[in-house]
Order: sequence, then C-alpha cells, then structure tokens
Amino acid sequence: MSNWIKVVPLNEIPKLGARVVRHNGRDIAVFRNDGDGVFAMNDKCPHKGGPLSQGIVSGNSVTCPMHGMNISLADGKAVAPDEGCVGTYPVKVEAGVVYLQIM
Amino acid sequence: MQKMKLVMVGNGMAGVRTLEEVLRLAPELYDITVFGAEPHANYNRILLSPVLAGEQTIKDIMLNDVDWYRENGITLHLNRKVVRIDRKARVVYAEDGSSAEYDRLILATGSTPFILPVPGNDLQGVIGFRDIHDVDAMIAASKSYKHAVVIGGGLLGLEAANGLKLRGMDVTVVHISDWLLERQLDQTAARLLQKNLEDKGLKFLLKKQTAAILPVPALSPNSPPQGERDDVPTLRVGGVRFTDGSEIPADLVVMAVGIRPNTALAESAGIHCNRGIVVNDTMQTYDPRIYAIGECVNHRGTAYGLVAPLFEMAKVCANHLAQMGIGRYTGSVTSTKLKVTGIDLFSAGNFSGGGKTENILLSDPVGGVYKKLVIQDNKLVGACLYGDTVDGAWYFQLLREGRDIAGIRDHLMFGQSHVGDVGHQGHNKAAAMSDEMEVCGCNGVCKGTIVKAIKEKGLFTLEDVRKHTKASSSCGSCTGLVEQILASILGGDYSPAPAAKSLCGCTDHTHEEVRAAIREHKLLSIPDTMKFMEWRTPNGCASCRPALNYYLLSTWPHEARDDPQSRFINERAHANIQKDGTYSVVPRMWGGTTNSGELRRIADVADKYQVPMIRVTGGQRIDLFGIKKEDLPKIWAELDMPSGHAYAKALRTVKTCIGTEFCRFGTQNSTQMGIDLEKAFYKMWAPHKVKLAVSGCPRNCAEAAIKDVGVIGVDSGWEIYVGGNGGIKTEVAEFLVKVKTAEEVLEYSGAFLQIYREEARYLDRTVHWIQRVGMDYVKKRVLDDDEGRKAAYQRLMYAIQAEKDPWAERAREGVAKHEFETLAV
Repeated sequence: MSNWIKVVPLNEIPKLGARVVRHNGRDIAVFRNDGDGVFAMNDKCPHKGGPLSQGIVSGNSVTCPMHGMNISLADGKAVAPDEGCVGTYPVKVEAGVVYLQIM
Repeated sequence: MQKMKLVMVGNGMAGVRTLEEVLRLAPELYDITVFGAEPHANYNRILLSPVLAGEQTIKDIMLNDVDWYRENGITLHLNRKVVRIDRKARVVYAEDGSSAEYDRLILATGSTPFILPVPGNDLQGVIGFRDIHDVDAMIAASKSYKHAVVIGGGLLGLEAANGLKLRGMDVTVVHISDWLLERQLDQTAARLLQKNLEDKGLKFLLKKQTAAILPVPALSPNSPPQGERDDVPTLRVGGVRFTDGSEIPADLVVMAVGIRPNTALAESAGIHCNRGIVVNDTMQTYDPRIYAIGECVNHRGTAYGLVAPLFEMAKVCANHLAQMGIGRYTGSVTSTKLKVTGIDLFSAGNFSGGGKTENILLSDPVGGVYKKLVIQDNKLVGACLYGDTVDGAWYFQLLREGRDIAGIRDHLMFGQSHVGDVGHQGHNKAAAMSDEMEVCGCNGVCKGTIVKAIKEKGLFTLEDVRKHTKASSSCGSCTGLVEQILASILGGDYSPAPAAKSLCGCTDHTHEEVRAAIREHKLLSIPDTMKFMEWRTPNGCASCRPALNYYLLSTWPHEARDDPQSRFINERAHANIQKDGTYSVVPRMWGGTTNSGELRRIADVADKYQVPMIRVTGGQRIDLFGIKKEDLPKIWAELDMPSGHAYAKALRTVKTCIGTEFCRFGTQNSTQMGIDLEKAFYKMWAPHKVKLAVSGCPRNCAEAAIKDVGVIGVDSGWEIYVGGNGGIKTEVAEFLVKVKTAEEVLEYSGAFLQIYREEARYLDRTVHWIQRVGMDYVKKRVLDDDEGRKAAYQRLMYAIQAEKDPWAERAREGVAKHEFETLAV
C-alpha cells in the first residue's frame, strides 16, 4: 500500500527550520535538520499544546516556543528530564521532494 | 572494537557524578568497573544529618541504586576495598584478592574523620560522622544510652549534636576555640547561634581540650548507673577528660574535628600526595592514566569538602575521560550554611573584617538577627548572616563578581529587594514557607514540588531545579527563593552558579569571551563562530543561537548575515505568538501619536479579518490580537504602518506626555522629542527590549523613571536618566546627564544605547548591564569622552541605516514567504 503524499520540495524547508502541513484540519510540522534529514510530527507540544513548528531547531531536537520544552525530532519524545511525547509520521525525501505518510 | 577499561576506586558522590557525565558524553567508550568499600550503592552523604535527625530515611537519600549500575552496564563490587594498584600492569587488587585491569583509573577514595590521638580513642562508642554505618551507630546508641559528647563545634559537629539531641540524648558539644564555627562565623553571630542551640537543649563546653577518652570503669563513683552495660564484652566509653583535669560522662563520643583525605592507596602506589592526592587542572594525578576526584584530592593546595566544587571537578574529569579535552578546573569559592532545621546562618569570604576593610552591621540580639557585611575598596569581600539569610545568595554573587557596590551601598544591608523598589518577591523566608505555597508564579510551582524534586532526584544546582520543575525558568524573579530552598536542604553543599557563567551548555566560554572572539577574529557567521570557539554541539541550542546571531549583527552590521532560523519565532514572524498559536500585531505610532487615517485602516483590518480583540497597550499603541499567521503579510500591507517591533529585542515604544503643545505645565515639547527619538532609533536591534519615554516637565506623566532611557524636560533643557525598568523587578532609572538641546538628547541617548548594544550580554536589560559595569563606567564612556560619545552615536546610526522595515519587506517584496504559507495536502 503506497499512501505517500507529496508535500513540498526539500529546498523549500529552511535548514534548521520547519513547514506546517495542514491535513484534514490537523497541523503537522515537517522539520529539517542542518542537512537533508526530515522529520514529521503533530504540531502540538505535549506540555501545553504549543506549535512546535515555530520552535528553534538544533541538532536533532526542537525547542517549543511556548515554554521551552525540547522534543526529539526522531521519535517525538520529550528530552529528559521532561516527559511526554508527540505522534510522529513516516517521512522521506525522493528526488528532492518530501513525502509524508498519513494513515 | 574493544572498549577501553575504566575502573573507579570509591563509590561516593563525586565519583559517581563523574561516571554519569562520562556516560552522557561518551556512552560507548568504556567498560566501567566500580569498587566500593561500603555495602551501599551511591547515596547523598550531605543528607546524613537529616537522616540522623530523623527527618529523612536512608531510602530517601539514595542517589543511584544498584539497578542504575546494572542498567548502565557498570560492574559494581560493593563491600570490597581496593588495597593495591599495580601501575605497571595496570591492575587494581581488592582485599579479597579479586582484581580488575584498567586503561584509565579514577581514585575517588574520599576522606575519613580525623580521630584525635588521645588515649581511649579506640574504645567502643567512639566514632566519626561520615557514613551510613556511623549514623546507624549513633541511632543505636541513642536508643540505649544517655550521654553523648560531640568533640568539635564545626558544621558537622553541630549537625551531629542536633541530630542526637532530637533522638533524645543529652548532648554536650566540646570545642577548643573561643566560639563555635570560628571558621564560618564571627564571635557575635556565634554567640547568637550558641544561645539558639542552648534553647534547643544542647550544652556547650568552649575552650576545652580533650586529654583522654575514659572507659566505663575508670569513671569516678558519682557517674551514672551502669546496670545493663555489664554484659558488654569490650570496654565502652564512659567519659571524657579534659586538659584542665575536669571530666564529663559520655556513653557516645562523636569526633568531628576535621577530615583527612584517604591517600594511603595512592601513596602505596607511588603517586604523589601532599595532604591529598595532588592533581592538575584536568584532575590527573602524576600518573596521567590515573585521575583523582573528590575529597581525597589536593587541587592547587586546597582540599574541598563541599559538593559543589566536587561536582565541578567531576565535570572536568569526565570531559577529559570522554576524550573531549576541553574544560579546566581552576578552584572554587565556597560559602557556608548549617543544616539544622530552624537555624539560619550564612557566611562567605572574609567575614571577620580587619585591616583596610569597613563593616556594615545590623545587630538585633533580641530579635535573633545579626548581619555583617565586610567591604573593601567599594567591593563586598565578606558576609556573615544570622537569623535572616534571605540575601545570602545575592551577597555571595556580589562577592564573587567583585561588583562595585558604591552605588547601592546605602541599601546593601537591606538586601536585594530594597535595591529595586518592589517586584515579585513574595515571601522573604523560604524556610518559613509551607509546602503548598507557590514559589514560581510563572509556572505554578509550589515549594513542596521543588523540595521533593531536590530530595528524590538528587538535584544540586539551580539549573537542575529549573530543568526538573520549571521553577525559576521563565521570568527568573523567584531565583533567589529557589536558591534559598536549595541552600536550606543542601546546607553548605549548595553553591550558586559559578560567577563566570558560560553562555549555555554548548560551550564553556562566557558571553564576554564569545563577543571578544567575534570582534577580534572578525567572525561573520554562527557556524564559523561555533567552529572557532569549539562548540560542543553541532549547531547550538535555543539559548546560544539567538545570542550569537545578535552578537554577530551588532558587532559587524551590514557584514554579518542575519540567520532567521536562529531567532525566536516572534522575531522570525515579526509578530507576537500567543498561547493558541495565533499572533498579535502592534503597528508603530511615533511617540504615541496617530491620526484618523491610521485609525480608519486599523478599523478596516479589524473588520475584514474579524480581529477578536483590540487593545490599547501600556506603550501608547494599539494591539490587534488573534491574527492567523498566514494573514500577517496581508494585514501589514493593508495597515500600511511601520512595524512596532513589539515582538523584538529591539527599540519598542517611546512613551510621551503631551508637553508644551497643549499642557499648561509643560516646559518642553516632549511629544516631538519622543517622535524624534523613535525615528532615530527605530529598527535598532538590542540585547533585550528597549523602552524609552519623554516627559515634558518634572511631573513625569510619561513615567520616564522606569525606562531604559528616560528623558525629562525642565525649563532649562532635558535631564536624561538610564537603566530604569518597570518589569519583573522595578528599577528606578539613574540620572546620567542634563543637556540643553534636542540634538544633545539624541546624541547622549544614542551613544549610551550603542555602548549597551556592543557590550551587554544577550538578554541583559540596560539595568543589568549597568549593575555589572557600574554607573561610573557608563559616565566615563558617555560623558567624559566627547570623541568616544560622538563615535558611538555614529556607529549606531551606521548600524541602523539601510535596515528595512520588516513588515514592508514581507508585505510588498515577498521576503520570507515560506514563513507564512501553510502547505495544504
């Protein structure tokens, strides 16, 4: 079953930045690290629901703009000692285009 | 690949902290083996006093249990004392014959209580106060015996005495000096302490030297009945005799006269020791494969017994073991607190005074408060507080920073809260607060939560508490309170963050060092700066990147490129993010003035975009709330007004009163002056937000006294005040200069702001910067140096020129389009 959805050319996501994808009224944040690594998760911090896509990306985590919780991009888990986690989505880059898998 | 073998001898706090750091930095580098002489895993030795006092249990004070070692793949040998190191073969041997090979060895052998060399010191019932075993012995003794004698009136001795008293014993503290805690307190404070402890039922014998510990039968006939003790096989202590011939009964003697570093193992292996295992700044002994850490160490001639310095050592040691090779330990300044519930004392530095020092004293013996501040050359060099230690952390900070206190000298004694006028201080006595009382008003953290986290998670620093509880991590106004709570739990083992603070966890360099490197080596980008300064992380964090971006832009205007991804979202979106993810928009209204056209456009935008809330701000502007991010560029285009930078670390508002144009009291045209200032400095990025105000007469309706730069018109010209703040902690601006013309107002304020922009730390408001460098320095740069002032003003003008209005760029030129577009799929 191939339900990959074409999202955006990779070069339109800034390095150490993110874009917001709206799907059925839900916001998904698609992040890019300082290389070509992309990551996708619900755009909602487990702490108080802040939009993670608006945070500062460093290394492989993002800092929520609301209260500074750090979320690991790879698995959506809060970086210790914080607790909590965000749902992630499979994401891939093919021929310079980002694809997202939404169930 | 074969892992290297790391062996640690000793299983105490400093050592295990080193392992934790190594595991964090290089989890795959070593196979780790630990030998501990005690039967317990790693516990918090600091909290033995509360355990003795019955306030906590052994279980409460475990830091790393056996499971922790297993989970981290560490081989743990408890109850096994290492007796020999074969340095040639790189093997350590334990008492039972077992051995372990090493590539790197950590000696963390700690210290033992010094036992006085007097006859009878080996009798049953004569102990030190060092480990769980000693505490168990004391608790057991308290159940079957009556008289306890504690030799040594230092911190540890008093804590032991207090614990034994609470356990129901009759306790006498014997001390050789004229007063208690003579290394921590002056005589007056010590007398207050003694009285306080006497009220709790402790007895004191001062100026007494112990001559011998006497066994039970040798005691004079009028000693207490011995009854049940007849069945004790070895001789038990029965009393203490002093050099003046007097004797007192004793069923338990606790020696608390000092500690000795455990160096026997190191010495037997031929490692250089001198009152401790001698180490260099990277914690290596004379054998570079062997590191030493903790209380067994002599670093630059000092042996430390408090946990804060030991943890600093651990950090450095781990860094080198992890082969990162940065960081040096250069020694620590320590302060003192006593962990006896209900007694507040604090001392640091040269609290005795004398020589060329001056003292400021507050003495209220009946109220039980005594404070002494020792000052030399306008700097605080010592502090001794008794009864009210609220400001201990603050004094300690002043002391270590060596800050010039001339300007606050008249308020100094009354503490930090008196230096500014009011603020979110709340309670001034952390110890007196109940567990339900709120400490951090921003994040809703109460005292109980903090106390619990400190105890259960083994936290030691302000940073730890911030990470685990979020207390003090937002506005910071409760920092002092959190520090007090830490101090009240950890006692002397708590020491506030180091004076020279590194920029963030990604580097050991300070703000000043980073700024200097950017300037001297003409660094123009964040990656270049991180590479040059050997950042530990590949691309920094949310703390250092915005700071670096600002430092680069303010040092090399028009040359360094702005990095939007290193800006907080507000500065990237040029609007303020709100809790629901929408934004607010504040257009600029020069000097608080507007007109019917602007108001009409605002009203039209509000209708068209169904703005849910329109509010007049405190800065004489209008704020539109609840704006969707994707609508921002359209709204900016339709408003056709410049950005108010209400979201930025930049020039915000210039508040004005109406002035001579209409006001019957006005002496100057304050509105026009405000407009001129705002137009001159508009688009000026800064270390933090910058607010100005101009009043047309001394009635000061524009509230210029709480602004970064406040200008007050008088009949003969303008007075300029700097460093005011109306936020977290109200600070009244200080008088800088009086000038005659509007041009001079621009030049002097501009020069002041430019020097602040060039020299302050990121996130310093003007007041914080002035507090650090001193008002005299500011005056020297802005008033005394005419050339320098003009040059600084020119540099500011150069930096701002050609800076475009961010709203116009985004509304009309399509700059950063991706920022405002949502992708629909």
